[in-house]
Amino acid sequence: MNATPKSASTMPPLALSDFTVVTSLGAGRARTIAALREGRSGLAPCAFDRLPFPTYTGEIAGLDANGLDGELAAFDCRSNRLAALTLQQDGFRQSVAAARERYGAGRIGVFLGTSTSGIRQTEAAYRRRDPASGRLPPEFDYARTHNTYSLAWFVRTVLELSGPAFVVSTACAATAKVFGSAARMIAAGLCDAAVVGGADTLCATTLYGFQSLGVMADEPCRPFDAERRGLSLGEAAGFVLLERPTGRIDADTILLRGVGESSDAYHMSSPHPDGLGARLAMERALAAAGLEPAEIDYVNLHGTATLVGDAAEDRAVFDLFGAATPCSSTKGFAGHTLGASGVVEAVICALGIRHDFLPGSPHTRNVDPALRSQYVREGRRARVNRVMSNSFGFGGANCSLVLGRAA
Amino acid sequence: MRVAIEGAGLCGPGLANWAASLPILAGQQDHVPTPTHVPTSDLLPANERRRAVHTVRLALAVGAEAFAGAECDPAVTPTVFASSGGDGETIHEILSVLASPNPELSPTRFHNSVHNTPAGYWGIGTRSQAPSSSLCCHDDSFVAGLLEAAALVMAERRRVALIAYDVQYPAPLSMARSIGAPFATALVLAPAPSTAGFAHVALTLRPARGTPTTMTSPTLEALRRDTPAARSLPLLAALARRSAAELTLGYLAEMELALAVTPPSSLNVGRTAAVAK
Repeated sequence: MNATPKSASTMPPLALSDFTVVTSLGAGRARTIAALREGRSGLAPCAFDRLPFPTYTGEIAGLDANGLDGELAAFDCRSNRLAALTLQQDGFRQSVAAARERYGAGRIGVFLGTSTSGIRQTEAAYRRRDPASGRLPPEFDYARTHNTYSLAWFVRTVLELSGPAFVVSTACAATAKVFGSAARMIAAGLCDAAVVGGADTLCATTLYGFQSLGVMADEPCRPFDAERRGLSLGEAAGFVLLERPTGRIDADTILLRGVGESSDAYHMSSPHPDGLGARLAMERALAAAGLEPAEIDYVNLHGTATLVGDAAEDRAVFDLFGAATPCSSTKGFAGHTLGASGVVEAVICALGIRHDFLPGSPHTRNVDPALRSQYVREGRRARVNRVMSNSFGFGGANCSLVLGRAA
Repeated sequence: MRVAIEGAGLCGPGLANWAASLPILAGQQDHVPTPTHVPTSDLLPANERRRAVHTVRLALAVGAEAFAGAECDPAVTPTVFASSGGDGETIHEILSVLASPNPELSPTRFHNSVHNTPAGYWGIGTRSQAPSSSLCCHDDSFVAGLLEAAALVMAERRRVALIAYDVQYPAPLSMARSIGAPFATALVLAPAPSTAGFAHVALTLRPARGTPTTMTSPTLEALRRDTPAARSLPLLAALARRSAAELTLGYLAEMELALAVTPPSSLNVGRTAAVAK
């Protein structure tokens, strides 16, 4: 593929110089692609807290035991612990250090997404309020754990970066939208490279919250299944180093080709039934990439396994791509990782391109005959050159990414 | 980066709206910090209007004012929302319920807890399917939002609205995170040059050199210091004075955003507009 923009409306592509991910499938790229190939799900009966309702979650083992210490102790919360674990995978920290040498610490931005940040820490603090004064325990550090920005503060501290930074928090579209922020900041000359991605971890707020909405399954989630009963929550972190494609890229380098964003303008927690917002995000991503729908080899769906969500997305995907383009939701592997799902699925797509693999959909047994897109239930080997990844969130926030092989 | 400002909205203590606050911001009238009065928004349906949380009411009020002044269509204008925290009351209620023996959350409270709640209601109220982002950078959320909004103007060569707001937390969170009086501002940014703009702003992100620009009025300076969204005040004051100004806003520990504000009177607007065509 020619990486040169076809028209003024296309975005200059960026290289994914390095990327990594941690979900309940395991830590790092190798464990992730192995689980995708085996069709092995990380969902298990929820052992997290003592919930008064049954559900399955994609929990990451060992996070409770491994606290942050030393200079980083003040940042200690579940999301920052997971971010620290993730930065250690696949040599990602070393890749960022090398970029720091090339560009300077002040020329690398950190644009991350999260929806829960360190709220689990605040939940615990509220259970330990001083009985007399009502105060939170003195060790509670609002800025470094609870505040939405704390994740980017922590990551830029660990990576020793001093460029522009912020956290996007648009619910489940957050870590997809940061790819767009980074592209614009690099285009505007505010930085030369950017670390994007983010983290979300299990907490009572989301477990009880999604239960209150009546959209949590009491079984492992079954996206696009005729008998789907709702979502399973998971936790995850993922990071990507983005920079302009230079002489160092080769044919197998994966490029960010397009980002498309839209708003539903419909309802705070339900998607537009016709998937109009989703359709707009996908069309804008294709326009930014300068591609036609037929040039996309695979669509990674948002597909949370709710009745209305899957139906609305199917409608939008079928209207745009028809029945010829393979698509699947990978939520059955590691659950819905909320704000982290955008980067998790971008990494899954990148692994699909790199390893010639179309991921399937564990737990989905009978694809709903009312859904018309070409749903991939069993993963299979296939040449995958250009992919789209969808992320849709509360508040009607939609974002689609287009990734592709450099040549 | 260089952008034009085509509209502004404001709501804060003793700052009823942008138009009424101009003489206060320009230093021609004393600032009396009476409690922030947040008007209900007619962007929301009547049943939503009553139960809308503080952040939503603040954001929608200033957004609507900025668009009224700019005479452009919110339904096709991308937005950037910036806030240091979510809706304090909502977060506190959820955390209190979760700490109780038999937690049961309200679904409305849960969806109101997301950082992009005002953006969601803005999209519904204005019927806008344009892109919208909601971001946070602790005390520097306004500057982060301004960078994101200006970069979006540059990338897409179209108008973008920035809406920044912050409200207080109730106790006990207020003891861990103190925020001053509720404050919100909105700016409609446009590609420069713009004949409709009432100011042009050149933005330069650079390593921190000195201290950020402060406010002369002690009460406005206290507001600037205590409410993150009010870090916008030096820029708003420069816009209100309608004269050329240079100012700096702090951004994280290492950087500052230098802003050069130029009023339209010092530009040859007709000539630049002709060149732009």
